[in-house]
Amino acid sequence: MSTATSDQQQSLADVVVVDYGLGNLRSVTRGLERAGADVEITDDPEAFAEADGVVLPGVGAFREGVENADPLREDLLEVAETGTPLFGICLGMQMLLTTSEEGENEGESAVQGLDLVPGTNVRFVEGQKVPHMGWNELHVERDHPLVEGVDSVGSEIQRADGSPSGGSVDGQYAYFVHSYYAVPDDEDATVATTDYELEFPSIVANEAGNVFGTQFHPEKSGETGLQILRNFVDICSRD
Amino acid sequence: MALTKRVIPCIDVDLDEDGNPAVYTGVHFEDLKYTGDPVEMARAYNEAGADEFVFLDITASAEGRETMLDVVRDVADEVFIPLTVGGGIRTTDDIKETLRAGADKVSITTGALERPELITEGARAFGSQCIVISVDARRRFDEEGEHYVEVDGESCWFECTKKGGREGTGIDVLEWAREAETRGAGELFVNSIDKDGTKDGYDVPLTKAVCDAVDTPVIASSGCGGPEDLYEVFTEANADAGLAASIFHFDEHSIQECKEYLDEHDVPVRF
Repeated sequence: MSTATSDQQQSLADVVVVDYGLGNLRSVTRGLERAGADVEITDDPEAFAEADGVVLPGVGAFREGVENADPLREDLLEVAETGTPLFGICLGMQMLLTTSEEGENEGESAVQGLDLVPGTNVRFVEGQKVPHMGWNELHVERDHPLVEGVDSVGSEIQRADGSPSGGSVDGQYAYFVHSYYAVPDDEDATVATTDYELEFPSIVANEAGNVFGTQFHPEKSGETGLQILRNFVDICSRD
Repeated sequence: MALTKRVIPCIDVDLDEDGNPAVYTGVHFEDLKYTGDPVEMARAYNEAGADEFVFLDITASAEGRETMLDVVRDVADEVFIPLTVGGGIRTTDDIKETLRAGADKVSITTGALERPELITEGARAFGSQCIVISVDARRRFDEEGEHYVEVDGESCWFECTKKGGREGTGIDVLEWAREAETRGAGELFVNSIDKDGTKDGYDVPLTKAVCDAVDTPVIASSGCGGPEDLYEVFTEANADAGLAASIFHFDEHSIQECKEYLDEHDVPVRF
C-alpha cells in the first residue's frame, strides 16, 4: 500500500515501513509522510532493497516481535549491510540489539535480536512506575544526523518558527512507553540519553551510523518527533 | 528533569441528530451540552500543547461505532501525540479495530469488569502499553468495602460502577486496580462519580489510594476546575496525569496556563 502525501509537493525519499504484524503503522506512516517521505507498508524484502530507508516499527513484547520478524531477519541484516538507513522505533529499536531480559536469553530457547547494535535490553528496577510512560527529556550525547544540529545555538527558536530542519532535539521532550531499555555493549552506541531514576539510552546507533533507533515514539512526540522524522528523511535522501 | 506530569484534554463524542459525530460535555455524566467537532477540537488541543488526547465514544449503537472509527482515523491523521480511545470496548476484536484505526491505547471500563480476562488477552496480544483500565469510582460510606480511606473526617470505600455510575458492582476499586495491574493493564484511568463535572477538584483521597496501591501510571479524572486542582492531584496524590474536559472546552483555562502554573510550582511539565 503506497499512499501519496497531501502535505508535501514531492517525495524526498522512498521509505518502507516493515509490516511484521505488530503495532500501529498508521501513525508512523502519517508522521513520515508529514516529514516528506513516500511510504510503503510492506513485508516484501524486495521493497526493502529498493527503498531509500527502512523503518522497523513496533510496540509489544520482545519475544513476539522477534518471532514475528524472524522470516525477515536475513533481509533486515542485508539492509544494514548495504548501508541503507535502518530506523528502529521503540520495540523496533530494542530488536536491533542482541538479546533481551524480556525473552529468555539463555539456552536453546533464547530469543535473538538482530545484533546490529550489540547489547541487551533490561527491565527497569522494581519500585519505579513501569512502564515508563509519558514525556521525558532528551540529552544528546554525541553527533548523529538523526539529532542534527547538536551545537547549533538557537535551534529551539528555529523550531518554534516552524523551520523544517536543522534544529537539535537536545533538551526537547519525547513520548515514551516502555518497560525495558537498551544497554549497548559499546558506550559510543548511545546518541542520546533520558533520565528515569537512571540515565538510559534513548537513541542508539551502530558504528557505521546507518542503523539507529529511538526508544521513544517520534510519531507521537509532537513537533520534536516530526523533527526527528524529518532528519531521518534527510538521511534517506542523501544517498 | 525527569518524566513530566501530563495534562490531557478529553472529549466525549456522540452522534448528533443528523448522525454526525459531535463532542458533548456533561455534568455528573448527564445533562450533555453540544461542544464542537471532534477533529477540529483534537487539532486545536494538539496545537495548544496537550500531552495526549482522550476520546470517549459515548454512542451505544453499532452504527455509532463505525462512525466513531472513522473519526478516530481522522483524528489520528491530524494529531501527533498519543491518542486514547474508549467506549464500548468488549472484545479483543474491538481493541484491534480501534488500534488499527489509529488509537495508541484503548480505555476499557465495563468490558473488563464483566470479563477480566479481556485485560489479560488484550495485554498479551497488543502489549500492556495500550491497555488502559478505566474505573468509575463512587464513594460508599457503608460497611461493605474492603479498603477504607479517610475522606473529610469520615471513612469510606470506593466502589466500581458501570453505566456512568448508574449501576453498582460491589467491587472495591483498590482491589480491582491491583487485579487490573496484575493482569497487564498499562495504565489506570480514575474517574470519580462524586466529582464529575463539579469543578471543585479531583477526588484526591481516591486518586492517592489508587496510586499507593499500584505501580502502574495513574490518570486522574473528574472534577478539575483549574490549574490548582492539577497541582493538588500531582503533588498530594502523586497522579501521573490529569485529565480535564469542560475547563478547556469552554476556554475557562488553557492548557498553557495550567502548565505555566505547574512549572512555577516546580511540577515538571513539557512545553
